[in-house]
Amino acid sequence: MKHVLESVESQFEMFQILNEDGKIINKDDMPDLSDDELKELMRRMVYTRILDQRSIALNRQGRLGFYAPTAGQEASQLGSHFALEKDDFILPGYRDVPQLIWHGLPLYQAFLFSKGHFHGNQMPEGVNALPPQIIIGAQYVQAAGVGLGLKMRGKKNVAITYTGDGGTSQGDFYEGINFAGAYGAHNIFIVQNNGFAISVPREKQTAAKTLAQKAIAAGIEGIQVDGMDVLAVYAATKHARERAIAGEGPMLIETITYRYGPHTMAGDDPTRYRSTDLDSEWEKKDPLVRFRKFLEGKKLWSEEEENKVIEQAKDDIKAAIKKTDQHPKQKVTDLISFMFETLPNNLQEQMEEYKAKESK
Amino acid sequence: MAQMTMIQAITDALRVELKNDENVLVFGEDVGQNGGVFRATEGLQKEFGEERVFDTPLAESGIGGLAIGLAMEGYRPVPEIQFFGFVYEVIDSISGQMARMRYRSGGTKNAPITIRSPFGGGVHTPELHADSLEGLMAQQPGLKVVIPSTPYDAKGLLISAIRDNDPVIYLEHMKLYRSFRGEVPEGEYTIELGKADVKREGKDVTIVTYGAMVHASLKAAEELEKNGVDVEVVDLRTVSPLDIDTILESVKKTNRVVVVQEAQRQAGIAANVVAEIQERAILHLEAPVLRVAAPDTVYAFSEAEEVWLPNYNDIIEKVNTVMNF
Repeated sequence: MKHVLESVESQFEMFQILNEDGKIINKDDMPDLSDDELKELMRRMVYTRILDQRSIALNRQGRLGFYAPTAGQEASQLGSHFALEKDDFILPGYRDVPQLIWHGLPLYQAFLFSKGHFHGNQMPEGVNALPPQIIIGAQYVQAAGVGLGLKMRGKKNVAITYTGDGGTSQGDFYEGINFAGAYGAHNIFIVQNNGFAISVPREKQTAAKTLAQKAIAAGIEGIQVDGMDVLAVYAATKHARERAIAGEGPMLIETITYRYGPHTMAGDDPTRYRSTDLDSEWEKKDPLVRFRKFLEGKKLWSEEEENKVIEQAKDDIKAAIKKTDQHPKQKVTDLISFMFETLPNNLQEQMEEYKAKESK
Repeated sequence: MAQMTMIQAITDALRVELKNDENVLVFGEDVGQNGGVFRATEGLQKEFGEERVFDTPLAESGIGGLAIGLAMEGYRPVPEIQFFGFVYEVIDSISGQMARMRYRSGGTKNAPITIRSPFGGGVHTPELHADSLEGLMAQQPGLKVVIPSTPYDAKGLLISAIRDNDPVIYLEHMKLYRSFRGEVPEGEYTIELGKADVKREGKDVTIVTYGAMVHASLKAAEELEKNGVDVEVVDLRTVSPLDIDTILESVKKTNRVVVVQEAQRQAGIAANVVAEIQERAILHLEAPVLRVAAPDTVYAFSEAEEVWLPNYNDIIEKVNTVMNF
C-alpha cells in the first residue's frame, strides 16, 4: 500500500521572482515586461492602495456602503489582472473591485456598487465581467461555463475568477475546477489566500498543506505563488492564460497574501483573531515596498513619480465621489423593470402601483 | 397530426429548438450518449453532436453554474436536473444566481436558461425524486415555473420556455411521461407562458389545477357530471406567474372553486390561487374556496404513495362540499 500525500504535497513550492528586498531571485521566470509596463504595474498598485485608504475613510464618513478592504492584496489582484487581455472575462468576488476598475469599470460606478445602487452593477459595454459575487464560490461554477463558452466559440480568451482561502472549502469551488478540467475550458482560477476567512484561520479550513494542491483532485495544474510579489503573480497568470487558450486546460493559482484591514467595514475587528505581530510580519512583505525597491534599483521609480500617482488618485476619487453623489436615486419602478424582459401581470400591476406612488 | 406521448413531445420540442437556434445547448447527467434516464434526449446527441448535447459531471450546482456561464457567452442553455428532488443541490445557482441575473446586472445581462426536470408522484421512486417543489420555485422572483399536463402543451410550452430570454423552470410530471398519447403538431408552435387553459368547460364549479392533477380532476368531473354537477377545469400550465384573468373569468362564471394540487397543503401554489381569488372576486363566491392537497408531511415513502397522494375521490368530495355549502 503506497501513500502519496506527503510526496505530492512536498512538490508544491511557493513560486517567487522578487524577494522582500526587491531582488530578483528567479531570473528564469522573470516576465518579459517593458520598463513602461513595469512602471504601470507600480502605478496601479499605488493608485489602488490610495483608493483603499480613501474608500475606508469615505465609508467611515457614511459616504460609501459595503466595502471590503484590499490593502495588502494589490499584487495578487493587480498582478493577475495585468496578465489579462481586454476581452477576457472576470468573475470577481466582493473584494475584487480593483480588478473590475482596471478592466474598465468607472470609479464612480464602483462607488455606486458600494452604496448599493444598481448602476454599480451595470458593466459598461466592452467590460467583460459580472458584478462582484457575494455567495462564496458561486462564481467558480459560473466561470467554468464562461470558460467552456469561450472555448466553444473558438475565442483566444479566458474566464478568470477569484475566491479566498475559505472559498476553497465550498462545494462550488471543487465543482467549478472539476467541470472546467473535464471540459478543458479556458479558465484561470485564483485563490487569494490571505490567511483568514473572516476570522477562521487557513489551518482550520482544510488538512491540505497547500490550497494549490486541490487542483490535483480535479486533474488540473495548480501552483502556489507569493501573492505579495507582483511579478510572480503576473508571470503565473500569464503562463496560465497561455496554457488555457492553447487548449492545455485550466489552472488553479493560490496566491499567499494578507489583508491589512478588516474583512469588511461592517464591524469586523481583526484584533479578535489576529495579532499585531502578525500584521507587522506581513507588512515587511508588502507588495508595494518590494516592487518599489525593485524599480528604484532599475532607476524606474522615484518619490516624485509616486506622489504624482497619489495626487492623480486623490483627484480622480474626489471627482468620482462627486459624480456618485449626483447620480439619480433608484426607484422601485427601476427595480421592477429589471425583473424580466417582459413584465408578467403581477409585476405590471405593481409597476402601476409604484409609478403612482413615485409621482406623488 | 402525430400521436405522441409527453416524453416524445418533449424530445420533439428539444429537436425543433436545437435545429432552430445553434445557441441552444442541451446538457446534464446522462443526457448525451444515454439519452437521459427517461430518454427525453434520445438520439439528440447523435443528431446534433457532442458540442450541442452533452453529458456533465455529476454535480447539480455545477450544472446550474455552467448554464449561467454559457449564457454569458450568448448560449441558450437547456440543462436537465435528473430529478427535481435534487434541486436542493442547485438552489443557489437557480434562485441565488440565474433568477437574479437580469436584476443584479441592472438589466444589462440575462439568463435565457430553461431547466428541465422530472418530478411528481405515483411512480414509486426512492426519496427526493417525486417531490412537488414548484411552490419553492414560485417563491423566487425572477423565475417562471411551467408544468405541462398534455403532450401538446408540453411541446408548445417547452419551445416557448427555450425562446424566453429569462430563466424558466420546466417541470415534467413523471406519471404523465408515457401514460397516454395526444395529438402533437409537427414542427414549431408555441404556447404563451403565463397562460392557463380551460381543459373542460362547465358552469357549476371551477377546479383550478395543474400537472397530473389535471387528469385526476377531469376524471372527477366525468363522475360528477353523472350527478348533474357541471365542472370547469382550469389547467394553470404556468404556476408562476399565475394567469389570474383566466382564473377570475371562470370563478365569475361558476361562483364556486376548488383548487387542486399534488403538493403538500402548506404554502404553495394553491394557497396563492386562493388568496388571489378572495382578494379579487370575493363577492362572486357562493362558498369558501377549498383546497385538495397532500398532507404536510415529507413526501410519502413509495409504498404509501397511493394513500398519500390526492386523488379523484378527494376532488369529488371537496367539489360536493362547495356545491352543498
